[in-house]
Amino acid sequence: MEPMAIVSIFVLAVFVGFEVVSKVSSTLHTPLMSGANAIHGVILVGAIIVADHSSTNLELGLAVAAIILATINMVGGFVVTDRMLEMFKGNKK
Amino acid sequence: MSRTLYDLVGLAAGIAFILALKGLSHPKTARRGNLIGAFGATLATLVVFFYANPGSSLPLNNLGWILGAMVIGLLVGVPAARKVQMTQMPQLVALFNGVGGGAAALVAIVEYLHLGAEATTAEVIFTVFTVIVGCVSFSGSVITFLKLQELMTTRPVIFPAGRFIIAATLVSVIGVGGWVVSSLGTTPLLVLAALSLLFGVLFVLPVGGADVPIVISLLNAFTGLTVAASGYVLDSVLLIIAGTLVGASGTILTRLMAEAMGRSLFGTLFGAFTAKPQDTSGAVEDRPVRSGSPDDVAILLNYARRVVIVPGFGLAVAQAQHTVRELADLMISKGIDVAYGIHPVAGRMPGHMNVLLAEANVPYEQLAEMDEVNPTFGQTDVAIVIGANDVVNPAAQTSPGCPIYGMPILEVSNAANIIFLKRSMRPGFAGIENELLYDPKTMLLFGDAKASLTKVVSALKAL
Repeated sequence: MEPMAIVSIFVLAVFVGFEVVSKVSSTLHTPLMSGANAIHGVILVGAIIVADHSSTNLELGLAVAAIILATINMVGGFVVTDRMLEMFKGNKK
Repeated sequence: MSRTLYDLVGLAAGIAFILALKGLSHPKTARRGNLIGAFGATLATLVVFFYANPGSSLPLNNLGWILGAMVIGLLVGVPAARKVQMTQMPQLVALFNGVGGGAAALVAIVEYLHLGAEATTAEVIFTVFTVIVGCVSFSGSVITFLKLQELMTTRPVIFPAGRFIIAATLVSVIGVGGWVVSSLGTTPLLVLAALSLLFGVLFVLPVGGADVPIVISLLNAFTGLTVAASGYVLDSVLLIIAGTLVGASGTILTRLMAEAMGRSLFGTLFGAFTAKPQDTSGAVEDRPVRSGSPDDVAILLNYARRVVIVPGFGLAVAQAQHTVRELADLMISKGIDVAYGIHPVAGRMPGHMNVLLAEANVPYEQLAEMDEVNPTFGQTDVAIVIGANDVVNPAAQTSPGCPIYGMPILEVSNAANIIFLKRSMRPGFAGIENELLYDPKTMLLFGDAKASLTKVVSALKAL
């Protein structure tokens, strides 16, 4: 990819991130942390990509470890965030 | 599947993540937002099975290994997320963050081994960055977990010449990073990973218990940035967007939190370099305190017009959230004005107390933030402090030497009467003595918070 395109995506994503997160209610800071946490679990995609083109046992072993860790991060993160947010919803009677 | 379609799905997942964060601006939309984010992540993961690398054959190589590893991840992650108690949330977030950082570092290492001499200098630099920051995030998060789980001391661990050891480690990490870029060897990269892991440990050890949440948030931002850097190496727009979003959100949250605790970010992070032995003079410990019975408390409450409840982590440990709500409901039925004063860092991470009270179905409108509730303490007849300590400790305003000096506090000392529900005279998470306990208008009710509150409720009902 063009270096300038990457820099543009990066800078725009920084602005979107700042903009969106500064509007998060302080009540929801704990779910925000765990939700953001789940989002970076998408490194799972990267782990699968490198597992596909692993050519030695060492590479494959490390890639498999990466997939396990990334899956825990992503799935666990979304599940626990949902659990917390469900309780907040229960409040609104 | 064509590259264009693959990239479009990546873009869609990126948008889903933005919507997930945006949803958190209000409790009503938050859950839906999170589900959208989860959907985006699932979609991105499914699509990669149809297009992993340019010209990759289908099905993917090592498909069995990939699926098997994912199943193991699911079997570990889902039960952990389902079963964790709300009080243990900070530990879990730290752990999930750590494994994410570890995964990013491993991905970078595998890609580096794969590319070998074909890697461009830019790719190697990004790899070095990912390995360093990912490893620091991993080992730092593990230490954070151990501190929060109280498997090790929550006090700052300061060793002789610590700052020199840490500085030397940092310098060698940077030096070995340069070695990797110039030599493209495998050994230097593994040395780099080992040194970075060590640096993560050294970096978090001197951080005191009360500052741990700041570190979790910062490490979260770190992991985000490593994911963004892997996105560059793996040529994935999605990873760049997702990682950068998390990096930005983690940075903002870290700053907000540092403000709520009244400390400079720099001071927290580089505490290791400037750490002084704490002033632990125990001069105040033998003074008398006034302790009362549940009946005394009930009488005091019965004649109050306004009561502010200040919940702390001890409340959650005693699982007394439901009993507190029962007490609050009873007081409201007697026409007493009741509010909960919530410190932004009450509990062990920002917003933690809100989650704990939400679990007990405490209505939203009764939760007042610090800035809202502080000016009202002058008109408050009784402030009940339940299992909180540091967030009401006047030392934060009066004694410049203490570790929490400068942290904004809930000014319960302005209330006409203060009731402390405490298990013992043990100081709080930050390990600092609280002068307020010896204040003449303070009454202490010793015992388990839940048992004490139950007695207060029945005494108040009888009045």
